[in-house]
Amino acid sequence: MELFWGSVVILFGGVILGLIYQGVDRKLAARMQARIGPPLVQPFRDIKKLLVKENIVPENAIPWIYNGAPFLALAAVVTVLFYLPLGDQRPLFSGYGDLILVLYLLALPAVALAIGGFASGSPYAVIGAQREIVMMMSYELPLAAAIVALAWRLDRALPGGIAAFSLKEIAANPIWAYLGPLGFIGAILLVGVLLLVMPAELSKIPFDIAEAETELAGGVTVEYSGRNLALLRLADAVKTVVMGALILALFFPYRLGGILGLAGPAGGAVDTIFFLIKLFLVILIAVTIIRVAAARLKVSQVAYSFWVPLTGVALAGLVLIVLDGLFFM
Amino acid sequence: MAKVTDEQRTYYTIPIGPTHPSLKEPLQFSFDLEGERVVDVEIKPGWNHRGVEVLGMKRNPLQTLYLAERICGICSVSHLIAFSRAVENALGIPVPPRAEYIRVIIAELERIHSHILWAGVAAHELGFDTLLHLTWRVREQVMDILELLTGNRVNYALVTIGGVRRDITREQEPLVRQALRYYKDLLEMLVDAFLHDPTIELRTRDVGVLSYKDALELMAVGPTARASGVKKDIRVDQPYLAYPALEVSPITPDLFRPEIHGDVYDKIIVRLLEVEQSIGLIEQALKKMPEGEIGHASKEEMTELLVQIKEREGEGIGRHEAPRGELFHYIRFQADSEIPILWKVKCPTYSNLMSYRPMFQGAQIADIPIIIACIDPCIACMDRVIIRREGREEVWTAEQLLAKSWEKTRRLKG
Repeated sequence: MELFWGSVVILFGGVILGLIYQGVDRKLAARMQARIGPPLVQPFRDIKKLLVKENIVPENAIPWIYNGAPFLALAAVVTVLFYLPLGDQRPLFSGYGDLILVLYLLALPAVALAIGGFASGSPYAVIGAQREIVMMMSYELPLAAAIVALAWRLDRALPGGIAAFSLKEIAANPIWAYLGPLGFIGAILLVGVLLLVMPAELSKIPFDIAEAETELAGGVTVEYSGRNLALLRLADAVKTVVMGALILALFFPYRLGGILGLAGPAGGAVDTIFFLIKLFLVILIAVTIIRVAAARLKVSQVAYSFWVPLTGVALAGLVLIVLDGLFFM
Repeated sequence: MAKVTDEQRTYYTIPIGPTHPSLKEPLQFSFDLEGERVVDVEIKPGWNHRGVEVLGMKRNPLQTLYLAERICGICSVSHLIAFSRAVENALGIPVPPRAEYIRVIIAELERIHSHILWAGVAAHELGFDTLLHLTWRVREQVMDILELLTGNRVNYALVTIGGVRRDITREQEPLVRQALRYYKDLLEMLVDAFLHDPTIELRTRDVGVLSYKDALELMAVGPTARASGVKKDIRVDQPYLAYPALEVSPITPDLFRPEIHGDVYDKIIVRLLEVEQSIGLIEQALKKMPEGEIGHASKEEMTELLVQIKEREGEGIGRHEAPRGELFHYIRFQADSEIPILWKVKCPTYSNLMSYRPMFQGAQIADIPIIIACIDPCIACMDRVIIRREGREEVWTAEQLLAKSWEKTRRLKG
């Protein structure tokens, strides 16, 4: 029963939080671009409008795949949310799955989107779907490298061999306390890598090649409308929260309530507010500022920059952390 | 998505246009693709033909002034200058020197506005919306000055046959100078934002390359040709208006970086440097502008002008270096009629359209929007022919057109 109500709260909380952060992101980006920007509630209005609009299925689309993909995308990202520690909460599904599962679940929305694109029967959507797959293959390795390095180091640092990939343990033991100088540099590199993986995972400029408005007129989502598009928008909004919360859980799981020694509801409230602020900062850096300050890259350039420099940096971080684990114990 | 099978390879065809987010006006492209790489491109214009020339052959030139100006919204004064010069050349109508200087000043202000507008569009095509908003904000200054001098932000209605309608007063001059200073200070920021930005460099270097040879052979004009190193500029080659008295030379990218590549990056360089050149030209023009008449302003003078147009006969051309390249107007009058029997407009985009093909060779899909934008196409200016017969459309090939003209020549011989 607790699980059921917890899931309901997280489902709606995640969606609402995601839309609010999207509104904040749009407003801030507009201000940085010398525009006024839409009101904060604009994402909610957009969703409301989309929900009453006609849901068009193109003639040469495969309807069940085409309609199913947005549901799959939203379901997958919301599921990730169940496994992440939010605010003062331990993960809702803690004990049922770990980081490896989160990694796989994170890949699902992109796959769903690509499948939906292939099934929509438009040349632009097919090109967008191909690009989505290329993107996925590009950012997966740096992401995995960062997560593995962290889990391994923590496993080595903690006595008695805990469940290394458990997000609950990782969140309870901030990594920075266990690192020597080498590991510290390595961890900083990994934070940087994750902050660049985040816009790629979210298809934001400069990595929005799968949607690329001026090239593909919306790419994978070009044929989607009405309810389906609303679901995709919601999935995107929740994914922003998911990626932010993941980075926070891995590297900055500090709780202000815990530090101040507050307990009970007061501590919970302080923790939640602190978490929201942290989340805002991560989204500000990884989404808003990057997308305002860059042009869209080409597919080949994205693939190259993730495969060579970013993977390089991620592996360097990994090696530094391993060396740190071996020699600074 | 049509699947085309060549002898060895399979490639796909995707349509871009007539409506597509990367196109500001309707034009149809059909790309043959091999994965993300463009193999070949077919261009089909004819979606925005408005029959302006025919309308102009049913009115007297003073009425056509308004029509000529509305051929294009961005380079409207260019069309007016070229049209007025064609009529003046055809009928031998003199233009007072001060009016020629005022025409130069407005034409160069329009160039500044057009190039800054283009820079914003290019940034948007690259997905860099921040730069779009910033450049379009700074464009407001030149729009304000144009409004101050002419009364309008676009379609200035300033140039008329035999002169200009409004003078630049002493009170206006300091305001113009102030705006020029604003752009001089700003130029460094623009150069920094466009030419030293790593993502823009990644997206525009060695993209959309038009070689010197191709630019010559395909007769590219304006910044498109100059970016490939072809020193071609009507203001220098065939000086007109007040340009002979001013210092002006064709801008090529080697003024900024050692080699000329002819890529999109070079086209950005040329346009930004031309903004600087225009600022200099306006300053010179303000300094050298003589006092005196500005042309036919009153109603009586207009009537007199119309009588002259009716009496005389002749043909004339008017050329002008519009922001996009050479603009050409041809007009022909018969005696005892104020209505021209022929009016022909050739726009820079028409000359530049052919250079798309070499530029698209080997490009990626991601390069398509910026390559389309890099010649600064103005489709409304360019569309000339559309053939619709019984609800059917047909397009004549070069051979058919040649056969038709032979047929006509034979018919004329009798």
